[in-house]
Amino acid sequence: MNQAHVDFVLRIADDSLILGHRLSEWCGHGPVLEEDIAMTNIALDLIGQATSLLSHAATLQGEGKTGDDLAFLRFDREYRNLLLVEQPNGDFGMTMMRQFLFDAYRTILFERLQSSSDEMIAAIAEKSLKETKYHLKHSSEWVIRLGDGTEESHARIQESLNTLWRYANELFYTDAVDDEMRNTGILPDLSDLRQQWENTVNHVFQEATLTIPTNNWKQEGGRKGMHSEHLGYILAEMQYMQRAYPNMEW
Amino acid sequence: MVTASDLWLWLEEVSDPEIPVLTVVDLGVIRSVETDGKNAHIVITPTYSGCPAMKMIEDQIIEKLKEKGVDTCTVDLTLAPAWTTDWISEEGKNKLREYGIAPPENEPDKTVLFAKPTVVPCPQCRSLNTRMISLFGSTACKAHYQCNDCLEPYDYFKCLR
Ligand SMILES: [Zn+2]
Repeated sequence: MNQAHVDFVLRIADDSLILGHRLSEWCGHGPVLEEDIAMTNIALDLIGQATSLLSHAATLQGEGKTGDDLAFLRFDREYRNLLLVEQPNGDFGMTMMRQFLFDAYRTILFERLQSSSDEMIAAIAEKSLKETKYHLKHSSEWVIRLGDGTEESHARIQESLNTLWRYANELFYTDAVDDEMRNTGILPDLSDLRQQWENTVNHVFQEATLTIPTNNWKQEGGRKGMHSEHLGYILAEMQYMQRAYPNMEW
Repeated sequence: MVTASDLWLWLEEVSDPEIPVLTVVDLGVIRSVETDGKNAHIVITPTYSGCPAMKMIEDQIIEKLKEKGVDTCTVDLTLAPAWTTDWISEEGKNKLREYGIAPPENEPDKTVLFAKPTVVPCPQCRSLNTRMISLFGSTACKAHYQCNDCLEPYDYFKCLR
């Protein structure tokens, strides 16, 4: 087993899993029926991606675990997702802002991963990219609509941006795992990831009349398993059934 | 003696659980069929990563082929190449339209940001004066539109490429 390879897949998988779970919390609580349906559809795509990625990670691990074992039976420090995706939903604007910052990054990542030397990652990336493009279209349009909307919608989504901006830097986090993945061709060149992401983000914020906060305080740790307090609550809900009734199926 | 063409024919009796007017063959999710004369091996691909219908499609295929006298049937799932709406048959697109779902338009899909919504003709009155209500509809594969002329709300089977 190559630990870096497993960690690399877990990072992508856990982003999908945790954000998918967060979005699913909107089920039945959307501001309008169409958005309730949209958010749960996006959640479904993300959980689907997580299913493929986690079962791939389990195969790479070779310890006889399944994707479900990885989804439901790890402890918080073993999750590798970005801090951004575990942040609470807040209001609808906050959810759309979190989604937009993430989708803008994910689109570029999946585009590149299509040429990964790991054929399973390449296949999942090709499939997921098609879905992620729709997610980005949806979230960017809401950021613009709310930012360039009423005085209140503008103020609220600007506040969401101010709150979430500190987590954006972690999108570009790299360490020895990425170095090793690049050397083996599993991770294609991503040196212009930040530049490409900023192009998208700046373009959309300009249309949305939103201002990027000047406060440069940044927070990271998720990629190494150091999470905010929010992840524990997500896991408590997600894992309840498997912890209370081990191996139960339905 | 079961042949591959038998299998294709029988698979046309298995319909998509969410859009019953389409068979799994129309939908283009059957990637390959193989038989040694007695048993069958079918490879399917999901439409969307999280499509909840895949398990049901698998079960229905196995059930149908058993009913037709196939000894054992195995179904495998493949992700690559990724499914695209281009694989929906012409007959399938016509069936969708008759069923009241607008079939995928020929979208160039180059721009993601700031792209104008696709013009999707109303499946009822064929008017082009329609509007997108939501990019996401009743299932992952559909968007929600409304006709400005006959006022009919309808699903649009999103172009996926
Ligand atoms: Zn009409």
